[in-house]
Amino acid sequence: MRWLPNTEADRRAMLDRIGVSAINDLFSDVPSEVLDPVLDLPPAASEIEIERVFEKLSGRNRAAGDGPFFLGAGAYRHYIPASVDALIQRGEFLTSYTPYQPEISQGTLQTLFEFQTQVALLTGCEVANASMYDGSTACVEATLMAARITRRSRIAVADRLHPHWHETLATYFHFAGLELVPLSGAEPGQWLPASPDALPDDCAAVLVQYPDVFGAVGDLRPWADAAHAAGALLIVAVPETVALGALRSPGEDGADIVVAEGQSLGVGLAFGGPYVGLFATRDKYVRNMPGRLAGETVDTEGERSFVLTLAAREQHIRRGRATSNICTNSGLCALAFSVHLSLLGETGLARLARLNHEAAVQTAERIDAVEGVSVANSTFFNEFLAALDRPAEDVATAMQQEHGVLAGVPVSRLYPDRDDLANHLLIAATELTTDDDIERLGAAFEETLR
Amino acid sequence: MSDTQSGAPDRAEPLLFELGSPGRSGIDLPAPAGCATRLGSAERSTGIGLPDLDEATVVRHYTRLSRLNHGIDTAFYPLGSCTMKHNPRLHEKLARLPGFADVHPLQPISTVQGALTVIDELARWLRTLTGLPAVAMWPAAGAHGELCGLMAIRAAHEAKGEARHRILVPDSAHGTNPATAAFCGFEVEKVQEGTDGRVDTASLEAALGPDVAAIMLTNPNTCGVFESDIQAMAEATHAAGAYFYCDGANFNALVGKVKPGDLGVDAMHINLHKTFSTPHGGGGPGAGPTVLSAALAPFAPLPWVLPEDGGQLRLLEQATGPAGASFGRLRAFHGQMGTFVRALAYCLSYGREGIRQVAEDAVLNANYLRSALADTLSPAYPGPCMHECLFDDSFLDGTGVTTLDFAKALIEHGFHPPTVYFPLVVSGALLVEPTETESRTTLDSFIEAALDLAARAHGSEAGNFADAPGNAPRRRADETRAARSPVLRWKPPAAERG
Repeated sequence: MRWLPNTEADRRAMLDRIGVSAINDLFSDVPSEVLDPVLDLPPAASEIEIERVFEKLSGRNRAAGDGPFFLGAGAYRHYIPASVDALIQRGEFLTSYTPYQPEISQGTLQTLFEFQTQVALLTGCEVANASMYDGSTACVEATLMAARITRRSRIAVADRLHPHWHETLATYFHFAGLELVPLSGAEPGQWLPASPDALPDDCAAVLVQYPDVFGAVGDLRPWADAAHAAGALLIVAVPETVALGALRSPGEDGADIVVAEGQSLGVGLAFGGPYVGLFATRDKYVRNMPGRLAGETVDTEGERSFVLTLAAREQHIRRGRATSNICTNSGLCALAFSVHLSLLGETGLARLARLNHEAAVQTAERIDAVEGVSVANSTFFNEFLAALDRPAEDVATAMQQEHGVLAGVPVSRLYPDRDDLANHLLIAATELTTDDDIERLGAAFEETLR
Repeated sequence: MSDTQSGAPDRAEPLLFELGSPGRSGIDLPAPAGCATRLGSAERSTGIGLPDLDEATVVRHYTRLSRLNHGIDTAFYPLGSCTMKHNPRLHEKLARLPGFADVHPLQPISTVQGALTVIDELARWLRTLTGLPAVAMWPAAGAHGELCGLMAIRAAHEAKGEARHRILVPDSAHGTNPATAAFCGFEVEKVQEGTDGRVDTASLEAALGPDVAAIMLTNPNTCGVFESDIQAMAEATHAAGAYFYCDGANFNALVGKVKPGDLGVDAMHINLHKTFSTPHGGGGPGAGPTVLSAALAPFAPLPWVLPEDGGQLRLLEQATGPAGASFGRLRAFHGQMGTFVRALAYCLSYGREGIRQVAEDAVLNANYLRSALADTLSPAYPGPCMHECLFDDSFLDGTGVTTLDFAKALIEHGFHPPTVYFPLVVSGALLVEPTETESRTTLDSFIEAALDLAARAHGSEAGNFADAPGNAPRRRADETRAARSPVLRWKPPAAERG
């Protein structure tokens, strides 16, 4: 086996050197009745066979790029420049561990420091960490952090948080003893009302998704003011990071913690993971943050150096009293994010965001003209809700099977219990959406809804 | 700034933010059409502050930074408990096939049957290798898997109407164990190790009681030894109505050789980025699928992958039907697909015989190192060890050289240091995990370096250790300064002056 360099002769010589006669002498602490069980598994396959197996499996999936594609709902298809993948596959990045030895980990540490800076700038916050697993778990961590800071136990959640994120919160809260208090929102596709419901007592944070799950955008400031008036924090959850190239940053409108799904930059769709969670906050809360932090210092010769710092928050030091149990994060995806954002720069990100928005506006205008389709949003970035004249699931299936068009995510997939949303389809467009894609979407709607 | 031009890998690389110039671009995007926006009052009116960079500058920046890193690809990386084995490049290629890399998690189920098959097949391997009937594939990392296991345990107790508050964890445990238990609303109670590096069965049994929800043990444990009384401990745990969570970080020692289910384990996470060779990527991403016993399986998190008539797979995303007792969702979407592809390819490459050889060679390599170093360094416990060997710092007594110094001196020889000062149960721990993908030749060169350093620690050069490493990209960093006045991001010079 090409990954096992020792030959039988090596093994024999090594056993002799150790002073045992057989490999199982080294397993002498293992109860013999459980050693070397029968394994109902196939024998080894060759490299060539394995490539065939996976090419076949890959071929049983429809790749997003195989035809017109309009799915979003928390995962977005963007163009990833080739140099992103080339750089993250450098073995020195790919095959290194958490940078616990700074003398030989400056590559990872400096890229994390730069990543933290990029995230802080994008979110309009003072400080950001070195990544979380994904947006949904970053969101949970933000609520737990708010509860620690305020010593309160209720989290008010504005309509509409992505249901997967909402369900993830509910799971954690059950075990962490927090209470999720839903606030009422506006009509689907419309941004939040200008002032929130009265907040519950003991409210640690108000959580607002921006853009919301149906793509609507609007003012965060009234929600920040209401949260702060109640002694609570405002947490803003961003499902699509590219939106921050076109939208006011949550930090500048009063968010105390901003979390985001970073998948849109550098990472790709990958059937849902691995992704990268962004986590940013105010300087004054930094010691309450979860996750790793890279910090700047100097070495003994005075040279600028980077280290993991404020580790007293973390599980390997603080154990049962850590701010989070997170250890492994999403380092390589954070690197991909950072490389992609470096290539874009200020100018490129603004342009990318603009292209996304225009593709969505063009898509909305095209399908709004179709009989039986009406766009529900007043505002949106690159995703919006379309109300159809019949169940969206049936329409989407027909459009996929008969026209090869993936028209959007039926809202019934996200909210199976909401009969009132059964006719709604969530549609996203990005810079990869072509004029031809939009025309084929429009035409497929026309034929399907005829 | 002349450093930028030199290409020398040991010089400081400027920050991205120090390299930009407005108007440069690393990507050619088409020009926007300029239509009216529908962003309303949310439209951004201020700049972000990102640097504009050209592609060559970006490529050079990251390439130069990469050269400041030690990776498995560059040299031996015997970091105990982290299983730094070779990461096959075939798997990188497979994970990038468009049917895996370019598939949306909410596509119609009929269009993702290949992806679901990968999940289902890998699940079968993990169930078979662990001897447990169910696996939750979705945890994003080991600590997330621990959480998954403890949530299932708490849900199982709740279903029986029991509110058990305590989790028993030995001192040698990874920090994630007590952190996860606390995160999940439990109180953590320590159990003692005996003098042989193993949990003391009597003290464990004494600590068990009606308020104990679970024990969390690592096996082999972080001292690198197999918990030989594990079946008795599992029995006592079950007799007390509690569950047995096993931290599977060290599964590389047992994979194919021992099924944890045969030892009485109820839940165990598997770090795919350790045992199953997916790259660590500078700290992630990983994946932590968590196997569950029959008692815990009904509480497994959403979604569930289920077979349908006609050989298709479906995804049950709500807590209904067979998943009616599920404790709910652990995260958005459905797991670390890219990691699953790599891990399954790894399994298929080895097959049932090869995967056993993995554990055998990992244990052989660790014992080879141990026996070669045993007379000079100070093994913390009698052998044999499993896939890693633990030394304490008594071999440095009287030299003035610390474990940290010794570790840093190994860097001068081109090796990544072992894990140091962990586990906490021995003084100045050095935990060495060679893994099975290292050859005897590499081990011999490491042994030679370690023996040489140990001799020098006892000689006239002992004073030099405090300055090590002298030949790495950086000297030792001032970590106190970093923590006392944290600088966690770059700021524009003007802001600094202000």
